[in-house]
Amino acid sequence: MDMDMDLIANILFATIRTGTPLLIVAIGELVCEKSGVLNLGQEGMMLMGAVAGFIVAFHTDSLMLGFFGAIIAGALMSLLFAVVTLQFYANQVATGLALTILGVGLSGFIGREYVGEALSSVDFQIPFFSSIPFIGKVLFSHNLLVYISIFLAVSVYWFFKSTRVGLQVKAVGESPESAQSIGLSVLKIRYMAIVFGGAMAGLAGGYLSLLDTPLWAENMTAGRGWIALALVVFASWRVERAVLGAYLFGLMSIMHLVLQSFGLSVPSNLLATMPYVVTIVVLVLLSRNQQGIKLHAPMSLGKAFHGAR
Amino acid sequence: MRIKLEARGQQSKVMPYASPILAAALTLICGALLFWVLGKPPLQALHTFLVMPVSDPYRIAELLVKAGPIVLCAIGLSVCFRANVWNIGAEGQLLMGGLVGSCAALWMLDLEGVWVLPVVVLAGVLAGAAWAAIPAFLKNYYNTNEILSTIMLNYISLNILLYGVHGPLKDPDGFNFPESALFSDWQIMPIILEGTRLHLGVSFALLAMVAVWVLMSRTFVGFQIKVLGGGERSAHFAGFTESHLVWLCFLICGGLAGLAGVSEVTGPIGQLVPNISPGYGYAAIIVAFLGRLHPLGILFAGLLMALLHMGGEMVQIQLDLPRAVTGVFQGMLLLFLLICDVLIGYRLVIEKSISKPAQQPVLMDSKIVAMESK
Repeated sequence: MDMDMDLIANILFATIRTGTPLLIVAIGELVCEKSGVLNLGQEGMMLMGAVAGFIVAFHTDSLMLGFFGAIIAGALMSLLFAVVTLQFYANQVATGLALTILGVGLSGFIGREYVGEALSSVDFQIPFFSSIPFIGKVLFSHNLLVYISIFLAVSVYWFFKSTRVGLQVKAVGESPESAQSIGLSVLKIRYMAIVFGGAMAGLAGGYLSLLDTPLWAENMTAGRGWIALALVVFASWRVERAVLGAYLFGLMSIMHLVLQSFGLSVPSNLLATMPYVVTIVVLVLLSRNQQGIKLHAPMSLGKAFHGAR
Repeated sequence: MRIKLEARGQQSKVMPYASPILAAALTLICGALLFWVLGKPPLQALHTFLVMPVSDPYRIAELLVKAGPIVLCAIGLSVCFRANVWNIGAEGQLLMGGLVGSCAALWMLDLEGVWVLPVVVLAGVLAGAAWAAIPAFLKNYYNTNEILSTIMLNYISLNILLYGVHGPLKDPDGFNFPESALFSDWQIMPIILEGTRLHLGVSFALLAMVAVWVLMSRTFVGFQIKVLGGGERSAHFAGFTESHLVWLCFLICGGLAGLAGVSEVTGPIGQLVPNISPGYGYAAIIVAFLGRLHPLGILFAGLLMALLHMGGEMVQIQLDLPRAVTGVFQGMLLLFLLICDVLIGYRLVIEKSISKPAQQPVLMDSKIVAMESK
């Protein structure tokens, strides 16, 4: 019995740990999409965050500065996206793809000399609480960013529910024309939403290269940016469902560990397909109800806005 | 004084063709800057990157060998993109074509005859089409977003291929390397130019170009696809069955990408290995856009993209720079293209900050155009 409890605690611990980067990206993309902008460049921004964070931390020996670098790198990438789509009215889907291709190339390019290097891993535990059996392991033994991500989710929830600016972001996402006519600056709000999304993607990338593994490898995000995009649809643009979804996807990504611990031997390459298969299944289940998606999605999502000058 | 965009009122006739060239020029300038920042002499580095790969006939043949799969995928993607079907899955469809083609080849390893290669190729084409049928089915029956489903399928197919090459398809006599057995002579694409690696598979790209050009500009189905791309509502009112067209676009693209994959394993590679594609399917997305979704444009863009791939290898050997420089150039190229494309509908105007009155009509004009373009 004790063994089983340990196993379950480990699985739940790993679920939260794996779900956290997804949660951070998804929260950022959710804010971005709420303002009516679909940024498919998450994967590229994450990779840039991961490589920049790793390089900064490697040279400064400071995780804090590393995360700072990751956030800046993600934000800069998203700024590029913002200029191209908002200033030059480029197609958001194509620009997002371009951003991912650029991010994959650029991160591999500047990170080449750091492949194979490693950072010292950090252990963080909340004193006292972490020694509680079971709950201590599951809830109180994580790295700091896990708690920050939950704080982020709560803040964004509150931001959309109770602040004026949150309402303005939603207004811009639903109808930029009306938002502009009541005096809101559509461009300014979209710029901020996009850059916030980029900063979060960068932070999530930093989480992977600074805390999760801690090393840099080309393409190390392995599609998490895309999964986060699916996650936002899954959450029907609601923060609380994004949290739930992130941990659900986290569990799916560690399914190979779960199955192996139960003594099932499935080839690891086949198990590695699990998160992607699950993403498709979830998308299919959700999108059967097209009316529901239309109802929840920001009305102007993905459309260029030409009105503002 | 500031520079601003002013609506042209009607689309420029020249810019759709000038924009890719402008984008390529900007990419070159930024690339030169990049080399300069890295402490390499920019012009010499560009020479190594873009000229040396095509400096003798053998290398030009190599360029064509690389361009073949890229053009095949891009031609398929252009059909999808014309219909506003966002198939990002050429990479996965290519891998599946290569994988299943290899399965067929390994299964028939002892058989001899001229029919063996066509059967292998057919298996690859069907596999690519079948893999593309998944997102088509999901889009038609469950309204599933094809961007996300095709991306996920790319990751899935890569993992299945890795499973195959590390597992059941591994050469039993291969010292445990993750490679299949070498294909037999009956399963290898014949060389069409002696002394080079130029193989029959490359000519498929030309055939596909012609076939898709005929389809898109000379048949009613092609017309329907273009109308669907113009807007689902108009296609609906015209009485076209959208789901049939979506099926068709996906199957054409999947088949061509599968053909590209099987041509790679039976062509220059000659066996199944883990990395049969250095991202040809993703490069093809850029090629399709850069070539303006037109077969001839795609041919030129495909050659340019193949050049970037070869240049990446060249700078790695000659200048000790990472191969990922290819990806950097690809990303810049597509971003610059998207930026330059704004000049199709708008022109750059330099205005002095004091001339206020001129602004009003311009604003009105741009709004009208914005409305019309919706």
